[in-house]
Amino acid sequence: MLRFVVRRLLLLVPILLGLSILVFFWIRALPGGPASALLGERATPQAVAAIRHQYGLDKPIPVQYWKYLKQVGTFKFGNSSTSRQAVSTEFKQRFPATVELSIAAGLFALVFGIPLGFIAAKRYQGPIDHVSLVVSLVGISTPIFFLALILKYIFAVKLGWLPSVGRISPLIDIPHPTNFYLLDSLLDGNMSAFVDVGKHLVLPAIALGSIPLAIIARITRAAVLDVQNEDYVRTARAKGLPPITVDYRHVLRNAMLPISTIIGLQVGLLLSGAVLTETVFAFPGIGSWLVDAIKARNYPVIQGGVMFVAIIVVFVNLIVDLSYGLLNPKIRLS
Amino acid sequence: MRGTSLKFVLLLVALFALAAAGCGGGGGGATGTSASTGGGGQGGTLVFASAADPVALDGILVSDGESSRVIEQIFETLIDLKPGTTDLEPGLAESWEANADGTQYTFHLRQGVKFQDGTDFNADAVCFNFNRWYNFKGSFQNPSATYYWQVIFGGFKTYDPNSGAPKGSLYKSCEATDANTAVITLTKPSSSFLAGLTLTPFSIGSPTALQKYDADKGNVDADGIFHPTGTYSTQHPTGTGPFQFDSWTRGDKLVLKRFDGYWGKNSDSPTGFNGKGAQLDQLIFKPIADNAARLQALQTGEVNGYDLVEPQDIPTIQGDSSLQILDRPPFNVAYVGFDMSKPPTDDPKVRQAIAYGLDRQGVVDSFYAGRAEVAKEFMPPTLFGYADDVTTYTYDPNKAKQILQQAGYTLPVKIDFWYPSDVSRPYMPDPKRNFEAFAASLEKSGFKVVAHSAPWSPDYLGRSDAGNLGNAYLLGWTGDFGDPDDFIGVFFQTPQKQWGTTKNHELDGVMKILDQAEQETDKAKRTQLYEEANRQIMDVLPGVPYAHSKPALAFTKNVSGYVPSPVDLQSFATVSIKK
Amino acid sequence: MSVVELEARDVAIETPSMGLWSDAWFRLRRNPAAIVGFCVIVVLVIVAIFAPLLAPFGPRDQNLSLLRQGCCPGLSHDHLFGVDELGRDELSRIIFGARFSLLIGVVSVSVGFFFGSILGAISGFFGGWIDTAIMRLVDIWLTIPGFLMAIGIVAVLGPGLTQIMIAIGVINVPLFARLLRGSVLAQRENDFVLAARSVGVPKRSILAAHILPNAISPVIVQGTLALATAIIDAAGLGFLGLGPQDPSTPEWGTMLTNTVRFLQTAPHLAIIPGLAIVITAISINLIGDGLREALDPKLRGRG
Repeated sequence: MLRFVVRRLLLLVPILLGLSILVFFWIRALPGGPASALLGERATPQAVAAIRHQYGLDKPIPVQYWKYLKQVGTFKFGNSSTSRQAVSTEFKQRFPATVELSIAAGLFALVFGIPLGFIAAKRYQGPIDHVSLVVSLVGISTPIFFLALILKYIFAVKLGWLPSVGRISPLIDIPHPTNFYLLDSLLDGNMSAFVDVGKHLVLPAIALGSIPLAIIARITRAAVLDVQNEDYVRTARAKGLPPITVDYRHVLRNAMLPISTIIGLQVGLLLSGAVLTETVFAFPGIGSWLVDAIKARNYPVIQGGVMFVAIIVVFVNLIVDLSYGLLNPKIRLS
Repeated sequence: MRGTSLKFVLLLVALFALAAAGCGGGGGGATGTSASTGGGGQGGTLVFASAADPVALDGILVSDGESSRVIEQIFETLIDLKPGTTDLEPGLAESWEANADGTQYTFHLRQGVKFQDGTDFNADAVCFNFNRWYNFKGSFQNPSATYYWQVIFGGFKTYDPNSGAPKGSLYKSCEATDANTAVITLTKPSSSFLAGLTLTPFSIGSPTALQKYDADKGNVDADGIFHPTGTYSTQHPTGTGPFQFDSWTRGDKLVLKRFDGYWGKNSDSPTGFNGKGAQLDQLIFKPIADNAARLQALQTGEVNGYDLVEPQDIPTIQGDSSLQILDRPPFNVAYVGFDMSKPPTDDPKVRQAIAYGLDRQGVVDSFYAGRAEVAKEFMPPTLFGYADDVTTYTYDPNKAKQILQQAGYTLPVKIDFWYPSDVSRPYMPDPKRNFEAFAASLEKSGFKVVAHSAPWSPDYLGRSDAGNLGNAYLLGWTGDFGDPDDFIGVFFQTPQKQWGTTKNHELDGVMKILDQAEQETDKAKRTQLYEEANRQIMDVLPGVPYAHSKPALAFTKNVSGYVPSPVDLQSFATVSIKK
Repeated sequence: MSVVELEARDVAIETPSMGLWSDAWFRLRRNPAAIVGFCVIVVLVIVAIFAPLLAPFGPRDQNLSLLRQGCCPGLSHDHLFGVDELGRDELSRIIFGARFSLLIGVVSVSVGFFFGSILGAISGFFGGWIDTAIMRLVDIWLTIPGFLMAIGIVAVLGPGLTQIMIAIGVINVPLFARLLRGSVLAQRENDFVLAARSVGVPKRSILAAHILPNAISPVIVQGTLALATAIIDAAGLGFLGLGPQDPSTPEWGTMLTNTVRFLQTAPHLAIIPGLAIVITAISINLIGDGLREALDPKLRGRG
């Protein structure tokens, strides 16, 4: 087991290095970036030299790259060029928002996706099965932003049941020790704030969770169909075990293996979707942060934010791999 | 058998752990303070939806409305405007007088005024601010950094030919003759100086805070966009206004709280205020970029008000018994500007053809819901100096083509046409839509339009100051004070890259007239000069004005006391909210 | 791939084995959902090709006078889907928009397929350190969430139609590379290839007659499903304002973005292009699912 973990950790090194090189060159390719300061039409030679020096662009590429690596290593990317706040500070405010949203979306997908897929498989070819097929088809075929807009229009505007923008009502003031607002409001013992934050999460979570829900329902259905006909399930049934016990102990548990793999793969999808969801609901998370930074050519944020996100994705993938290895001895040994 | 459900818990824990690791070390900077109770006024919190975050909260360094709106609450100027008008009234200066030739002004300052950091407001503070502005060097001299200074005062102490700032300044010196008397000397008389002092950029900040928080550090990027690097303008703006800065989380909210040491506080008055102190405990600006989202937030009660209501939403709001619409007196102009230094718009014939090729009537009739009129010149008709007999250009695609062909062009003539994205201004609620309508009418008139766009702030404004907006572009202006100098003076009195007047000299005659008008103290003569300037401008055609609009604000019904001003700025001090 | 295996059980119908393609065609024909999807797409393609003949108005023809009473008049006899915020006929724009959406989808997936299969084939063919290097690169590539990467690429290239196609193409490259490498490797060692080799069939014929057709079928399935994703992603980029620089281009995602501000007064202007995207994506996904079931060798009664 230890060997497996160590091997996976070692594999991270080339991946992270590769990523940093990719991001490094990507930043240098951005239009109007530090490099194209050289082309500024009104820049005097002195000004150009000063800007080059300021950004360290007069140094050889390997030196510049090394400097960037050091920034990555120390998580010090300077101040955002729009807010003047440290990039790491903004990250600490924004990242929990996206995590909170993603977890809410993931829970929504699991809570509705697994039962839907399970029942569909149990009632194979029945009406619920057909409903689940349609739901998953529509789910993966609907652009997130469209679903988000429709949800917002119906539940926020027409019915007025839920708020339409933001993470928390501006009037509610709670301390933010963690920046996970749900957690913060609990720590503060402020239930009305907790409910308010929860309400702000509902629509974005549904919008963001729709595609994972579709995929999870689909995989669950397939996995349950698969497991149901295995010998051990037949044996269990033949032994006369109650159907519920068979379903729970043998069918669902074994079906969970492929399902959990798919859940791991959803992390990247959730991050992608977060960009659009956060835009529609003016939700101050990582996605809208990065898009705004790219639009405003906010280099410190781009340099830092993209790398932060990449590192997170890498580590989440690692965790998924490791936990998958924990559960499935076959993988560990291979 | 290990429980598989355990794994999800594991996953979640891992995610949280990762997040916590990323967020370790002292939480975020977004700790808000709870609303204070007690004190004077009626209290309460008002949430106002802004269209965007302010750029910065240092008046001299900004020229956009969202920044000014917030700065207006925190800071005060020597001279104020009477609410709802463009008439002058005393601000931080209780009175003032000029010498005989109009080159020296003596300001008698209000006594007992304190800055929000507890330091005293006095004549030294006034002179400190003026000298700070006058002594700006390097990137601060860039027009995108100190736009209004350059409009009112021209250049700086040291002339830098690379900065884009003009040579020579209207400002000469400031002297504190005693603690409450500041004497400002000008290099020549100026009829717009006093009115100019009402502008938010000339807000007086605390010298202590300015120095402590590095207000004077910053740089300009390759596109001419200024970025301050100190924290004064983002975390520590310190003025004498009725509200003081509390916290600002970009993209989320900017919180101001009542400044209890405000000079307007008067213990003799039964309310505790003499009418100038803030009624609200807290004023929150929440940026919501999307118009539709702003309306939704108002309908759901998440915000209490917003500016720049889109014309098509007005009936919806009027039909809602819990909401109200407030009209802002019209005082603006939207225009299609030309860069007269770039071919083909360096040719007056091409500019004329464009003018005939713009369906301005159609745009005004269809997009402004009856809340605008077609503009004939670069200033609103209510202002003195407006000339009724300028050359007009009615939409006529055939005439446009004819002009082009007679001038020897092969059709279609290609022009680069820019419009701003992510913005809504009083004079152009939906720039993209205006652009598309104009582009279509130009295509019918012998032009090939190449579309370009950039986000309003900082790119588009920066590009406009740097003369990087192709041949033609959408822009506009809301007046700051009631003088033609604030319209055509702002646009054309000095050479600007926006119009290409740094290289093209067709407007040099107009510049002379405007200089003359600014120094003229006789109003009848000034009126004549401005009328003449307007006539010449519409012949040279540095751009085509197309709309004067009547903007609207929306509030929930429980908000009262808001007096819409014709100019962008108004204090929220008088506003109260019923709980 | 485990997904494919798992779902395979759905349609475990015994059918006599004929050739790979005729067999697949036979199965596809018996899948009504796929037929429906196929028909919708055929109609869309016809609509796209003959857009100028079918559309009642030009996609850019404005009629500002229709907007005097405010934006935007609803559905009417003259304008079946109403008119948009510039008085343009919504139906005509949807019809022309089919061109852009299909074009973006097909071109970007082709770009991804082309470069991905080159990488994958090189990797699978040479093996060794080249394989390792390419596959590590692909790993890194896949680490970055696709849509974020597309935004990043458009940020570098600037907004525009071509740029969107390139960006979405690039995010498809690693998917195809991995897939093609996998199937080349799998097919190389397959029994029927070994058998063919042992009876002396020339190498080239083995490649053409046995390896390629079998290796290509998962790629075709993947390509179809990627097409749906590409159309949705392109609309997403358009929605973020990274779409065509000319704002009058009738691209569905851009159309949706432009009319969001009128959601209160004219919700149909956002709903119609939204539905157009959804219907297209559903149809393509139906075909993709059908193809997957039809082409999976496991389902062809080989046991």
